[in-house]
Amino acid sequence: MSKAGKTREPLFSAKNMKLLSNPLSKENPITIQVLGICSALAVTVQVKPALVLAIAVVAVIAIANVLTSLLRKMIAPRIRIIVQLVIIAMLVIMVDQILKAFVYDVSKQLSVFVGLIITNCIVMGRLEAFGMGNPPWKSFLDGIGNGVGYGVILVIVAFFRELFGSGTLMGYQIIPESVYDFGYENNGLMILPPMALIVVGVIIWVQRHRDKELIDKS
Amino acid sequence: MKGLRRFVDKIKPPFEKGGKLHFLHSTFDAFETFLFVPNTVTKKGAHIRDVIDMKRTMIMVVIAVMPLMLFGMFNIGIQHYLLQPEFSGNTWQTIIPEVGFWKILWYGVLKFLPLIVGSYVAGLGAEFIFAQVRGHEVNEGFLVSGILIPLIIPPTTPLWMVALATIFAVIFGKEVFGGTGMNIVNPALLARAFLFFAYPAHMSGDAPWVASGSADIISGPTPLASAASGTFENFPSVMDMFIGFMPGSVGETSALLILLGGLFLVMTGIGSFRIMASVFAGGFGMALLFNLWGANAYMDMPAFYHLIIGGFAFGAVFMATDPVSAAQTPRGKIIYGVLIGVFSVLLRVLNPAYPEGMMLAILFMNVMAPMIDHYVLAGNIKRRQKRLKTIKTEEV
Repeated sequence: MSKAGKTREPLFSAKNMKLLSNPLSKENPITIQVLGICSALAVTVQVKPALVLAIAVVAVIAIANVLTSLLRKMIAPRIRIIVQLVIIAMLVIMVDQILKAFVYDVSKQLSVFVGLIITNCIVMGRLEAFGMGNPPWKSFLDGIGNGVGYGVILVIVAFFRELFGSGTLMGYQIIPESVYDFGYENNGLMILPPMALIVVGVIIWVQRHRDKELIDKS
Repeated sequence: MKGLRRFVDKIKPPFEKGGKLHFLHSTFDAFETFLFVPNTVTKKGAHIRDVIDMKRTMIMVVIAVMPLMLFGMFNIGIQHYLLQPEFSGNTWQTIIPEVGFWKILWYGVLKFLPLIVGSYVAGLGAEFIFAQVRGHEVNEGFLVSGILIPLIIPPTTPLWMVALATIFAVIFGKEVFGGTGMNIVNPALLARAFLFFAYPAHMSGDAPWVASGSADIISGPTPLASAASGTFENFPSVMDMFIGFMPGSVGETSALLILLGGLFLVMTGIGSFRIMASVFAGGFGMALLFNLWGANAYMDMPAFYHLIIGGFAFGAVFMATDPVSAAQTPRGKIIYGVLIGVFSVLLRVLNPAYPEGMMLAILFMNVMAPMIDHYVLAGNIKRRQKRLKTIKTEEV
């Protein structure tokens, strides 16, 4: 298909892989761009809902990014936000139905936060900033990258909150009973939203400590 | 003394710049300045020559809480023995000769000393590590926080919780903002808030306040807790509550000694009289309003009770006056103080989930203090500009 003089870029070229890996570290949606904080505070009390929401967001961003990219030449610029919203809303409703069908209890726990993926700034941001101007494959990689970057932070925060707040992970008892007999107690503050903010803060701190480039100059 | 100086000088070289142990410089510096007056002199900028430096300020506060601490330890002992079945029916007046003064005090010391040691070791440990890593001096600020923390928590709090809360307060209350003098909230109160939300069973309700003896847990509610539940039968007499013979945290029971400590702070110019007075005024005024309303037993409680039960007096004198986190402008201090008093009584009476409103009221106003200052300053500027304008128009 490619004409002479215009070599085709391989599917997993270094540039494409950057799209996938950058959002995990240097352009992380939560720790660097500080987007999607509300859901990071709300659903990270336990690992299981956090994981489920992370997967849902990855699926929504990736597919929505691809769809937007496919439609990008047909969308009139004036109504692009509406079109993007329709795409996201359609996907979120599908995700919601799937969750209700297969993991009903988790879907109950997540309650409104599945629906709120629609308003998650990361999704809209990626469609607007990337999907509207790039071919489908790149958009797909970018969507996966950003979704996973978001999900990783969500799961890390949930890991610490569940471990110290309830002594469990994925619902299984991790901290042995003997430690409790010794006088240890679960930390009630970990269950409250402020602690999620502090854990996210610590992650940001650690990340910027390791990579000094990220420190804001003021 | 000379021998000590010689010893310090002898071990100094490796810690100097270029020396082998330079990475431990700030630790060494902390101990040297702890032992001797540092010989560095401020060279730049405007400065005032005064005997008061930060260390002196901190020591003054520690001196002010000393009588309180001693009495508090004694009180722990008294409350403990009063609850023992073999001494039932006694009051504090009769139990002192029966058990013996020293035995009572010794019991309190044994309960309280570990808390102080725990808080100092954990907090100073965190401070030293931060100073090393960041390469700045170890600050004195923790001297005060370290003694205030054990004073405002129940004597039965497990040691590891104290240590954890202290480390949390030092790191997230102070160091992340840049160390002593940069904190937006009072670190000692932050430690208490951490415990309050993380381990509520140990911090409020009936159980924790009285140090229980052996295996059988004996507990008695504080006046604050019984007031919150609307029962006033077992209330101590006003005089007992004023002197401090009632269950409660070590530092908070004796309103009398708190007032003496406050007087000492005001006389030495360290604590702000405006803040203390306006906190009391705000709390008293709010309690009077509730008296007028009088919808339940708690609201009908005499207004001055609020000032002597729970941590109100201690918070007003030692916590709200923290020079770093309080408002700075004179008018701002009054607004800040009055609102602390109002909010704490409001929380106590209207919110059954938080029987002690003082802590949350002070923390909240700590956060608001910069805003109060901003508007006081803006108002002042506006007023003076107006005056300037009228003078100008008069001249023309």
